[in-house]
Amino acid sequence: MSPENSIPLEIHDLTVAYHKKPVLYGVDMEVPAGKLVGIIGPNGAGKSTLIKSIMGLVPPSSGWVKIFGETYRKNAKRVGYVPQRESVDWDFPVNVMDVVLMGRFGHIGLFKRPGRKDREIAMACLEKVHMAPYAKRQISNLSGGQQQRVFLARALAQESDLYFLDEPFAGVDAATESAIIEILTELRDRGKTLLVVHHDLTTAKSYFDMLLLLNMRKVNFGPTEKVYTYDKLQKTYGGRLTILSEIAETRTKQSSDIPLEK
Amino acid sequence: MALVGDAISHSLLPGIAIVFLISNSRSTGLMVTGALGAGLVTVWLIEFIHKKTRVKPDAALGVTFTTLFSIGVILISVFADKVDLDLECVLYGEIGFIYFEDGKSIFGLEVPRPVIRMAGTLLFVTLLLVLFYKEMLVTSFDSGLATSLGIPTGWVYYGLMMVLSLVIVFSFESVGAIMVIAMLIMPSVTAALLSDRLPHILVMTVSFSSFYALSGLHLASWLNCSPAGAMVVSGFALFCMVWALSPRRGLILLGIKKYRHKKAEQFAREL
Repeated sequence: MSPENSIPLEIHDLTVAYHKKPVLYGVDMEVPAGKLVGIIGPNGAGKSTLIKSIMGLVPPSSGWVKIFGETYRKNAKRVGYVPQRESVDWDFPVNVMDVVLMGRFGHIGLFKRPGRKDREIAMACLEKVHMAPYAKRQISNLSGGQQQRVFLARALAQESDLYFLDEPFAGVDAATESAIIEILTELRDRGKTLLVVHHDLTTAKSYFDMLLLLNMRKVNFGPTEKVYTYDKLQKTYGGRLTILSEIAETRTKQSSDIPLEK
Repeated sequence: MALVGDAISHSLLPGIAIVFLISNSRSTGLMVTGALGAGLVTVWLIEFIHKKTRVKPDAALGVTFTTLFSIGVILISVFADKVDLDLECVLYGEIGFIYFEDGKSIFGLEVPRPVIRMAGTLLFVTLLLVLFYKEMLVTSFDSGLATSLGIPTGWVYYGLMMVLSLVIVFSFESVGAIMVIAMLIMPSVTAALLSDRLPHILVMTVSFSSFYALSGLHLASWLNCSPAGAMVVSGFALFCMVWALSPRRGLILLGIKKYRHKKAEQFAREL
């Protein structure tokens, strides 16, 4: 089964509840291969919850998920994950190499250790994110941007076909942000599918091929040029017009057009 | 996480007491069953209280282990005539009595049973650590990634807690419930002052524990006091020494750095 002739991600009627309060209602979507998809929505819209429940980190109350036509468990090896940077303890006694090697664990059998080949792959991934000189560095001595690059290298080491990234641009410097988007675009060009939880509306349009507008329900999902409209964004953000008009302003200033379907 | 060992070490008491009440024997198999059962109940109860009431995990832990421990105390005091369990021994342990336990002869040497049990536990734990190092590492550093990789993090967590219960129940007779906590936490904390790599910390932990045991025994025979107490105190002494002398973040090193910095500043000002 090759990735080309099956759908990387198919979600049907996915509903998730925390403490009996629903945070996601009946999300339905089909993500085609080779797309860089942005997940956009206000705080508490369930963006992280969506990708976590796809990977089984949060149990859904109903609905199902298929990864390349199979259950998640069957195709876990084909999925790469970049969690939110704050979700781990950066004082943990491991170095950068150890963290990147964790990305290989899905490929290494039970009772086995990472071998030389795994180390070579990990090193190559570190080089891609320009972190190779830091391989032996303890992870607590890294800046936010460097931590994010290490996480990205770890995901690259997973050599997956479908990637989930939870706010990879949060709190990183501009250089890291452009390095990350460059790598994501390159992965996309190689036919990989990427879903990225993203906060910044101003960059969303230029970064992503497709957008999922999410606010507890799927507001819209489709190609960026069709979805990134004033009306649809307003609907997603519950009509917080001020923020949106500000964005519209900066957009026009940058001579990029936000289509105003009024 | 450090205090889950604390919780389990106290909560094992009712487990062992109940097993004694039912069987009236001190066989290894029954002790293990009681300990594993109690360990499971403890960990499950902590999670249950935390999830259902949204009480913070450390508070849920406090509620759980004090309650379970008290149930154990009540059981032992009510059925004192039926339970051949000395509360004092459970709490403080008595390593000196180990020689009086009946032993097994191995290569002509009379080895007391508790020693054999502890050696077996050591082998078992080392084996598990070697076999599942990768899974335990990723689960404790980034459980989200672990789950996404298809690693059954729940099994890893509960497995770890089961092994912890096992280690604690066999340590009861030698060092007692309270000292067990020190032996679980202190060596790793001391090692963490010296290294940033988990494998190094693991190796150091073992050598530190052996040091506690040896120096503690000597201290105890010199002062004629409780060996378990002496071991923990010598452990703390080692901790203080490492804290002061550590080549990475040692107090003395920091002091020298500060002094040099001050001198340099003074020098710069004089210029």
